[in-house]
Amino acid sequence: MFELLGIPPQALFGQLLLGLINGSFYALLSLGLAVIFGMLNVINFAHGALYMVGAFVAWYLLQYAGIGYWGALIITPVVVGILGLVIEKTMLRHLYKLDHLYGLLLTFGLALILEGGFKYQYGVSGQSYPVPAALNGGTNLGFMFLPFYRGWVVALSIVVCVATWYAIEKTRLGSYLRAATENPKLVQAFGINVPVMITMTYGTGVALAGLAGVMAAPIYSVNPLMGSNLIIVVFAVVVIGGMGSIFGAVASGYLLGLMEGLTKVFLPEASNIVVFLIMVVVLLLRPAGLFGRER
Amino acid sequence: MAEAAVKPQSSAAGATRLKIEGLNAYYGESHVLHGVDIEVKRGEVVALLGRNGAGKTSTLRSVMGLVGRRTGSIVFDGVETAKLAPHRIARLGIGYVPEERGIFASLNVHENLMLPPVIKPGGMSVPDIFTLFPNLKERLYSPGTKLSGGEQQMLAIARILRSGADFILLDEPTEGLAPVIVQQIGAAVRRLKESGLTMIVVEQSIHFVSTIADRFYVMEDGHVVDAMTAAELAANRDRLVTYLGV
Ligand SMILES: Nc1ncnc2c1ncn2[C@@H]1O[C@H](COP(=O)(O)OP(=O)(O)O)[C@@H](O)[C@H]1O
Ligand SMILES: [Mg+2]
Repeated sequence: MFELLGIPPQALFGQLLLGLINGSFYALLSLGLAVIFGMLNVINFAHGALYMVGAFVAWYLLQYAGIGYWGALIITPVVVGILGLVIEKTMLRHLYKLDHLYGLLLTFGLALILEGGFKYQYGVSGQSYPVPAALNGGTNLGFMFLPFYRGWVVALSIVVCVATWYAIEKTRLGSYLRAATENPKLVQAFGINVPVMITMTYGTGVALAGLAGVMAAPIYSVNPLMGSNLIIVVFAVVVIGGMGSIFGAVASGYLLGLMEGLTKVFLPEASNIVVFLIMVVVLLLRPAGLFGRER
Repeated sequence: MAEAAVKPQSSAAGATRLKIEGLNAYYGESHVLHGVDIEVKRGEVVALLGRNGAGKTSTLRSVMGLVGRRTGSIVFDGVETAKLAPHRIARLGIGYVPEERGIFASLNVHENLMLPPVIKPGGMSVPDIFTLFPNLKERLYSPGTKLSGGEQQMLAIARILRSGADFILLDEPTEGLAPVIVQQIGAAVRRLKESGLTMIVVEQSIHFVSTIADRFYVMEDGHVVDAMTAAELAANRDRLVTYLGV
């Protein structure tokens, strides 16, 4: 433990920031997964692929339409959201009567198709995407150097997560969503069009993945496998937070990103497995997850 | 909502509001309703009696479109509902108070109360609801399922009254409740009847409904086996007791 003192603050805070950035993406993606799981009971394996599609949509917009980052930030979630609506209406919908496993298998297949298609077209090397001009550079905070774009990613992800949490927990529409998650048939028997709500929920959930894809484009390169690398960790995050718990998904997203950062400083060899170690421990001690309701 | 205009007769007093004919219902392979016929007229309170497992809940669920498969005809206010989705059926003006009450744990009392959308004008205002059920007002921000059984039943009824539904399906509203609460629910139901609401009240015994209902149907093994009016009740009590085993 003596090395602890030997760590220069620059390195420590640098890794913590990196952890927070990763955590921002974990939180955004696990939030969407949790919302979808709550309402559809489907573990959306296509989530990582749709995040990758989001990054590619941003890249296409820049390459072929000259639309930059800020435009992409608005347009991409809409495009990916519409793709989600189509997936739900044409495919997922027909599987609800069967075991949940079938939804998982379908979305797993979709993920492979999307990734395979992009890999065929672009190979596995990344396409670079520039940091928007307004967020170029950074500032020295004294204890560390903060690139503006990374600060922006953390701030935007927090704002989006808090706004989504608020919409679900504190608004009327959110009360429909919570109620339909508990007992969709009864909610429908009150006169609410639950099938449309389910479609919209899936669309919104994957739109969040698309948004995360745009935010990731300037940091990680835009490449067909960016989603599959991330999504495995995100599934672990969701399990740790507690399936279907919105707050748990967000909180454990940031926490585990930070944990990874800390591990990189103190025990770099373990940094790739720390999340999965925590997942195993949580599953054994508290299977419903840190923030999930025990049934 | 275009269908709602097709039935001038239904606004007249005493006109048929609900006509169930030859209703069969299935849960997967099991056939639970066998040719049920029931009719309810405007302003009536109709009791649906029968032992546990007779098919009363399945009948109400069939009306709401919540049973997996059903055949036969269910005409409400002149509209054939057999092919409509549950939310379309509800929007014709039917309010459902399920047997298990269906209070949402992740919603507080206020959110539970406000959940059903207003489907017709003329629903009860929130202050009027608090006059009818004062307990609810005191617990407004507790989670819905932290209420006592009786309070949950009041909430389940209250939220339907707010929606403006003028045809109400009440499934065993007194099940498992203390006598004093049953009295409170009874008073409320009587008030609703006086205000002109049409209701089907499901019960396993006649105690609660004997002074409220205008007509009685008795179900057994998925069939309607008997029917009588309130005037005929006294003469037929013995027969009813045999059906219901009380
Ligand atoms: N979800 C279900 N799946 C299979 N069978 C059911 C289901 N619900 C009810 N049943 C069966 O249908 C029959 C009628 O039940 P129900 O309508 O609940 O009767 P009641 O409300 O009169 O007690 C019973 O035999 C019951 O076991
Ligand atoms: Mg029943």
